[in-house]
Amino acid sequence: MVRTLYGSRIRAQLSYRASFAADAGSQALLSIIEFLELWVILGHVDTFGGLTLVQVMVVFGLASAAFAIADLAFGEIDGLSTYIRSGKLETLLVRPVPLLLQISSLDLSLRRLGRFVVGIAMYITALVLAGFDPTPATMVLAILAPVIGGGIFSALFVMAGALQFWLIDGREFANAFTYGGNYVAQNPAAVFALPMRALFTFVIPASLVAYAPTLVLLDLPGPMLVPTWAGWLGLPVALLAWMLALLLWRAGVRRYTGAGG
Amino acid sequence: MPAYGTLAAATFRQYSTYRVATAAGVFTNSVFGLIRVSILLAALDASGQEIGGYTALQAATYVWLGQALLAPIEAFGTRTIGERVRTGEIAVDLLRPAPLLAVHLAQKVGRAGFLLLGRGLPPLLVGVLVTGLALPESPWSYPLGILSVALAILVSFLADAIVNLSAFWLVEMRGFQTLYMVVMNLLSGFLIPITWFPSWLESLARITPFPSMVQTPIDALSGRITPAEALVGIGLQILWAGILALVAQAMVRAGTRSLEVQGG
Repeated sequence: MVRTLYGSRIRAQLSYRASFAADAGSQALLSIIEFLELWVILGHVDTFGGLTLVQVMVVFGLASAAFAIADLAFGEIDGLSTYIRSGKLETLLVRPVPLLLQISSLDLSLRRLGRFVVGIAMYITALVLAGFDPTPATMVLAILAPVIGGGIFSALFVMAGALQFWLIDGREFANAFTYGGNYVAQNPAAVFALPMRALFTFVIPASLVAYAPTLVLLDLPGPMLVPTWAGWLGLPVALLAWMLALLLWRAGVRRYTGAGG
Repeated sequence: MPAYGTLAAATFRQYSTYRVATAAGVFTNSVFGLIRVSILLAALDASGQEIGGYTALQAATYVWLGQALLAPIEAFGTRTIGERVRTGEIAVDLLRPAPLLAVHLAQKVGRAGFLLLGRGLPPLLVGVLVTGLALPESPWSYPLGILSVALAILVSFLADAIVNLSAFWLVEMRGFQTLYMVVMNLLSGFLIPITWFPSWLESLARITPFPSMVQTPIDALSGRITPAEALVGIGLQILWAGILALVAQAMVRAGTRSLEVQGG
């Protein structure tokens, strides 16, 4: 069933080749322009948050790739409040398919692959340039890190979606943590003051997505609150975040009473 | 003429009813403000000196004023006109006894009025509490800054209208709009002051209307540039407003002629 749902959406989008190419291309360009911010800063300083330009590129590339995976699979959950308000959610609820799976597959936007491609290319190139010297364990981490990061961001998206059952008009509130989390994850966590670093490590695990794994991969010392070994915490944190997200999602769906359509 | 005033007032009231949305927006604006302040301050700290003529306090002020302007200039773009072209509803708008752009401008004035108060002032307050704000030395910076903010809203309204009007030819303008938004965020100096750019990128930014939307009003209002320099910036804003208005008007005219609404 999962294959049918996603397969039909993927085929539908690939059938408009020109439009798909343009969309994916502009998404790719988008993430390059996003990187210019860090590139401009590193034109003025030698190290930013203790990292050189190439090391920052590892963090940025990894975070972008991870966010792109989550955005691809769950990004459209951001629009859940429109479903709730218009009463469209009822039509989804009566179908014998889990709601989360429907929403995820309904609006799967393959154009976001453009962003993933740029992120992963930057991640791999920068890793090589930064002199990544793999051991079996760090090689596994390097390969799994984008997926684990994608898992963490996906959990954040699902939590943000679940919150909309309560907030409805306040959907932008959750953006502070999803898109804000992405923004934080793209930067070395050492640039943030302690309270912010704590918030975006222990509550919203953004600095565990890219910065902490980068410390492990490049064998760098971590700042206060984010020691190097935190780079190994991604997987357990992603699993924990998903458990919380699913609980919150279930509570949200149970709370939903319909828009009276 | 009174019709436009009514329209503006109605839009102001319409927006002021979404209190929860406003509070959520303010919260998100402020969190992003904190992230951006951290990044700029870390850069200044690492360099140990001013970058592009900004001290730490000025950089923080720059971020908070930018966060305050974000909603009023609608930096993430609007979709109303473009969507109405795509669905064909624009045909009804074109039949109304008032020019299309004037109607939308009147609504924009009402909207911007609310967004300045509801979404603009709170981030500044957060800025005062967290980092403090750099205040201008000359009293002239205040009236010039306010004028510059008003012009920035006008310039970004017109540029956004042009993006939307492209729907007359593109029909689906989403890709173009996203691209515009990213370029605008960068070249307007919203993410990083354009004086921080390498010189080729700064020169590139300066020949576009984008700095008139963010960099100019912030510099004028924060007093980072002298009132005389602010006047030059305001002159440029007026020039860009004129050029963009002519382009937008021409697009409405050409688009109306080529418009084909299907169904009926």
